[in-house]
Amino acid sequence: MTIRLHAKGLTKTFTLHTQGGIVLPVFDDVELTVKAGECVCLHGPSGAGKSTLLRSLYANYKPDAGQILVKHLGQTVDLLAAEPWEVVEIRRSTIGYVSQFLRVIPRVGALNVVTEPAIANGMPAAEATAKAQELLMRLHIPQRLWSLAPATFSGGEQQRVNIARGFIVDYPVLLLDEPTASLDAANRATVVDLINEAKSRGIAIVGIFHDEEVREAVADRLFEIGNQTATRTVPAVALAEVLS
Amino acid sequence: MSAGTTMNHSDNGYNFAYLDEQTKRMIRRSLLKALSIPGYQVPFGGREMPLAYGWGTGGIQVTAAVIGPDDWLKVIDQGADDTTNAVSIRRFFQTVADVAVTESTEVATIIQTRHRIPETPLKEGQVLVYQVPQPEPLQKIEPRETETRKMHAYAEYGAMQVTLYEDVAHFGRIAKTYDYPAIVNGRHLMSPSPIPKFDNPKMENNPAIQLFGAGREKRIYAVPPYTSVRSLDFDDHPFEVQTWKGSCALCGSTTSYLDEMITDDRGSRMFVCSDTDFCNTRQAEAASAPDDKAAGEDA
Amino acid sequence: MTASALRKPAPKPPLLEVSGLSKSYGTQVGCRDISFAVRPGEVLGIVGESGSGKSTLLACLSGRLQPDTGSISYDMKDRGPVDILTLCEPERRRLARTDWGIVHQNPRDGLRLDVSAGGNIGERPMALGARHYGNIRTEAQDWLQKVEIDLARTDDRPRTFSGGMQQRLQIARNLVTRPRLVFMDEPTGGLDVSVQARLLDLLRGLVRELGVAAIIVTHDLAVVRLLADRLMVMQRGRVIEEGLTDQVLDDPHHPYTQLLVSSVLQV
Repeated sequence: MTIRLHAKGLTKTFTLHTQGGIVLPVFDDVELTVKAGECVCLHGPSGAGKSTLLRSLYANYKPDAGQILVKHLGQTVDLLAAEPWEVVEIRRSTIGYVSQFLRVIPRVGALNVVTEPAIANGMPAAEATAKAQELLMRLHIPQRLWSLAPATFSGGEQQRVNIARGFIVDYPVLLLDEPTASLDAANRATVVDLINEAKSRGIAIVGIFHDEEVREAVADRLFEIGNQTATRTVPAVALAEVLS
Repeated sequence: MSAGTTMNHSDNGYNFAYLDEQTKRMIRRSLLKALSIPGYQVPFGGREMPLAYGWGTGGIQVTAAVIGPDDWLKVIDQGADDTTNAVSIRRFFQTVADVAVTESTEVATIIQTRHRIPETPLKEGQVLVYQVPQPEPLQKIEPRETETRKMHAYAEYGAMQVTLYEDVAHFGRIAKTYDYPAIVNGRHLMSPSPIPKFDNPKMENNPAIQLFGAGREKRIYAVPPYTSVRSLDFDDHPFEVQTWKGSCALCGSTTSYLDEMITDDRGSRMFVCSDTDFCNTRQAEAASAPDDKAAGEDA
Repeated sequence: MTASALRKPAPKPPLLEVSGLSKSYGTQVGCRDISFAVRPGEVLGIVGESGSGKSTLLACLSGRLQPDTGSISYDMKDRGPVDILTLCEPERRRLARTDWGIVHQNPRDGLRLDVSAGGNIGERPMALGARHYGNIRTEAQDWLQKVEIDLARTDDRPRTFSGGMQQRLQIARNLVTRPRLVFMDEPTGGLDVSVQARLLDLLRGLVRELGVAAIIVTHDLAVVRLLADRLMVMQRGRVIEEGLTDQVLDDPHHPYTQLLVSSVLQV
């Protein structure tokens, strides 16, 4: 299977100048490889740096050292060395990211929030709308809400709009930050289905899943990340055995 | 106009045409520059004149700079030769230059005017001197002179068109009826002084020399003979002059600019030519004509 | 996948390229040694507190102020990249009212308050030679709709408009000639929060729809979060941190940027 994402030598330290210059090392020399159709779950205790790593993979955080290699438009590019405009391009078509919370855009209706990334990738508006409607339907967002701006939605509804937005484009690499955190069982099941469908389409997924049920349903392996300790990779199956 | 003006032409103590020769030369240089760049406002060292600003000090200085002993001077105010301003200025030049004066547009070599262009077409060799209260057409849009100078220098006249747009938007037509802005020689935007827009087309391609003097603002500009003067407009709201339903009550003209006269306290009114010379000439011709019907036709 | 195989796709040539730009007021530093590029369709945010030099920088870029040193290269439509500091004044003024837009913080500086909304929008087309009233008006109304101003207000003077409407009108007046680069100085300054949101959303939509590049100077981080692709943080006349907007705001490195980000009230 082809490797879709290859991070190596990733090191991240926060220096908090406003807190008297405290230096917080988060992770050091991390290497992570994700193949097409594979779902890797970042795993570790709270505060271990899972979100930091995930955000670093999106170049939202800037690691101090290392490379994040992805295949973009047929070429291998290092996300961390790319020019800002290239990063924008890579994010548009190659790496998708579903954040924990929807960043609400004032006055843009839910349906348009969802179609936006697809249209930015050149999908015809009608097709994008049809696809967005299908996703919102599956995620149980009532039709009467589609034209409304998600600013007034509940947290769970906002998160589902966010998920729909992440899944409308088949990004080769998809990063998911606790997509099921505030969802009920039915919607959790839908998200699990969406992730598994994406995997079957060859999408490489890196995610943080706190919900054990979801984790077991989607993760092919766990990627252990511990606070200030050397990180290691444990196959999901092996871990499940240890836990049982 | 004659080049040879003599010193102390009369014994009244004034130099010929009031201004000293140095001043006249300075003004003539400005006039030459103005004629070279049609429509461009040339600054000049305007002098104190023995009448108040607003009464034609700019026009008088221009006339004084170009007038010679052989000239025939005509002065009109609102088209009339017999109004206070016209009479005073005519008398002024009679006193200080001892020139021949006339009311006839045909005969005059220099015509100083306030607010009108004569109806009788001008000829080559004639000079029309306009009194200008506000030479800057952009002044109402842009009060900073540093900026209006740049706008002229770079031919940035979009803002002027905006004022016409505003007229059409608010009144359904271009409502400006006098001091109607025009582009001279395809380049400079010019205020034609407060003449009615009825007179604007007469400026276009005119055989006479047209000189403009603004005393308070100390600016001179000019339109040389046979120069294009295009009134601003829109393709779908083209420039139009005023028209009247009736004709002149005195001479019967249907082609001249008419003034409305209130004739009594009961509101009776009549329309008569604003150009008195034009009107009088036509009346005289009609009276001497053997056939009465000729009165209704143009002279 | 190896690093040796790395190849970068060719970048779009920059629309505006600034290098080594400095401007002082006597001993007072306005901005110092600023270099950056803006590509077509890219939105660059410049943030910093009052006195950080961002307004000086904007004034230099938009041709309202002559910098002491440096060059500002702009990719002109008909002649390619030109250092605009070498352009003669009429060329620069023409550029500023055709291919550029300048949205002032105070609409009074960017609008003719005694001219109707339609006339304000029509000025640029008329300056470029439009002479058909009907077409000018149709285009103006088209833009009034785009910036969500009731067409019934077409002939009203902006003096009677609310602050938000004035700002929207100013934007329409600038965008009517389809400029490729728009400078904005605190476009939401002085507006109510609810009005700000509407304006921001409108700007966001227009910027995307028209593919116009923009340089937005502001001290409001929410504005750049929503509008800007890239961000430069200025302090005491210098650029102290720059990068993608979300990088700079979510993972600020410079002490001042951290202070700036942590000072924003969370709602």
